[in-house]
Amino acid sequence: MSTTPETAGHGDISVGVKGSGNSGEATASATRITPGNALRPEDIALAVSRGTAKPSGDVAEFALRLGDDALILAQRLGHWISRAPELEEDIALGNIALDQLGHARSFLSYAGGLDGRSEDDLAYFRREPEFRSVEIFEIPNGDFAVTIARQFVVSYYQFELYRRLTQSTDATLAGIAAKAVKEVDYHRDHSAQWVLRLAQGTDESREKMIHGFKVVWPYVDELFRDDELTARLSDSGAAVEPSSLRADFDRLTGEVLAAAELDVPKVQPAPGGGRKGLHSEHLGYLLAEMQVLAREYPGASW
Amino acid sequence: MASQTLQSVPGEPTAARHEQSLEDVARRDAEGQAYFDKVMADDSRIEPRDWMPPAYRKTLLRQISQHAHSEIIGMQPEANWISRAPSLKRKAILMAKVQDEAGHGLYLYSAAETLGQPRDAMNQDLMDGKAKYSSIFNYPARTWADMGAIGWMVDGAAIANQVPLCRASFGPYGRAMVRVCKEESFHQRQGFEILLELSHGTPEQKQMAQDAVNRWYAPALMMFGPPDDDSPNSKQSMAWNIKRFSNDELRNRFVGMMMEQVKVLELTLPDKDIRFNEETKKWEHGPLDWDEFHEVLAGRGPCNAQRLERRREAHNNGTWVREAAAAYAEKQSRKQAEKESAA
Repeated sequence: MSTTPETAGHGDISVGVKGSGNSGEATASATRITPGNALRPEDIALAVSRGTAKPSGDVAEFALRLGDDALILAQRLGHWISRAPELEEDIALGNIALDQLGHARSFLSYAGGLDGRSEDDLAYFRREPEFRSVEIFEIPNGDFAVTIARQFVVSYYQFELYRRLTQSTDATLAGIAAKAVKEVDYHRDHSAQWVLRLAQGTDESREKMIHGFKVVWPYVDELFRDDELTARLSDSGAAVEPSSLRADFDRLTGEVLAAAELDVPKVQPAPGGGRKGLHSEHLGYLLAEMQVLAREYPGASW
Repeated sequence: MASQTLQSVPGEPTAARHEQSLEDVARRDAEGQAYFDKVMADDSRIEPRDWMPPAYRKTLLRQISQHAHSEIIGMQPEANWISRAPSLKRKAILMAKVQDEAGHGLYLYSAAETLGQPRDAMNQDLMDGKAKYSSIFNYPARTWADMGAIGWMVDGAAIANQVPLCRASFGPYGRAMVRVCKEESFHQRQGFEILLELSHGTPEQKQMAQDAVNRWYAPALMMFGPPDDDSPNSKQSMAWNIKRFSNDELRNRFVGMMMEQVKVLELTLPDKDIRFNEETKKWEHGPLDWDEFHEVLAGRGPCNAQRLERRREAHNNGTWVREAAAAYAEKQSRKQAEKESAA
């Protein structure tokens, strides 16, 4: 892609999205329904069925990757609802889960446009090796600090990715990204604020935050790994090489970690393999639970 | 339960009693009572800083905090199906609904706090088993169809109860109810839609829907509280313009609504005795098992122990997080103060 929007920063982390000048839209609501403006999964499914939007094979595979990442994360975060440390977090984590689920539905609806499968066909009737999520989205919630560490990493990654995809030569990818990037900006803010609080709250919380980062950091590298698909998509301008996001990711997460007086954990990276269908041991259990009812009644409508 | 905190509430006449003569206090109480009586007579509103009779405060605090607890405990049976929702659209709707319930809980706790009790204390009462919440949430959500039945019947009953509460004499409660009712009506519609989809689905799906309606019917009807002749607090609440209709009136009205809607669903209600009484112009229903109601209320329902344990577990697992947030906020404000004094 030729141009990348310039709003690379995350604003002033001490005041968050609302107080920042140039990052996100201070007045935008992440959840407000804006008819005729926001791109909904149903709009994409309709466009796909009418043939006004159709992904290339490569774009469909790429959309599947991003859709699966978001879907698995939504499934993980949804578990916190009614179990969070305080009511405000039940709502916040629920909101983030809903945003991720919305992104997943959009990406999957588009990916399914290649061969006529629906978002539900893809979510409920694929087997484990057919999923394309990477490992960091699959790791269990752990305690609140692990969830926050994972959320911090993935929302800074997703922000950099979606920000660039708004310029995609594929109009549907660009449209999904344009909606998603605003929401993910709030996710960055939420997780960064918690990283600061936990790292500088009590001795116990600092210890848990350090542990949380240690748990998730082996899976960071996989997010930024290029392959043949991303090379082709990068050449065509439909997407970018994941490695090209790394510098901005490191810089921005580094600023928060520095403010929190935390070091990047010294851990060895895991090889991953989810983009090729080689998943963590965790994914099977997650899918078993997610898919059980739909598979009990194949062909049923809900 | 709140006698400690009630004494320091703004507007509460006992707060400054030690500084005033008994005569002053008596005069202020009399003036306050006169104003309160006039507000009741005018069917107008009492606000948090107004004088109010201690029993009125206590009744409201109990009712609003129980209502808040019900929203919070009520998240659990539905959260139980978020991970297994059979389509992504249903998953999104269910997540949003359970999240709404957390929002209602927060809203109601805030309304209750204006009466002088902090949220922490209310939550502690809930976890200690001292405070009640709606017994309906002590029943298990066994199948996906329960998401439909809970939305249609439980939220439906809640709406029938809560719409009149929008006119409750205590301002913060009435205003909270306006917003809560708007969202509840969405919840009821999504429940109805789940059942409609199931009843027009495969025979197994239709059976799942019918089973859920059968299981939730009687507990939903009992949500309106004991029969009028066994409801000792109702009369006073009606005199205070908190409650507008009796338990039985609301229950009968609700049965009438269900009877119309169940036809559209092509399902049945498990009650042969439902009929419209032409003389009284009221709906009637068959006998309800009030012994079961009292058993569940006393803590011997299917999920009482599970629901409270889950709440305690979430609270205890979150203790270190809340402590961290408080410590961080304190450090930040200290830094800010140092910065300002240096400037």
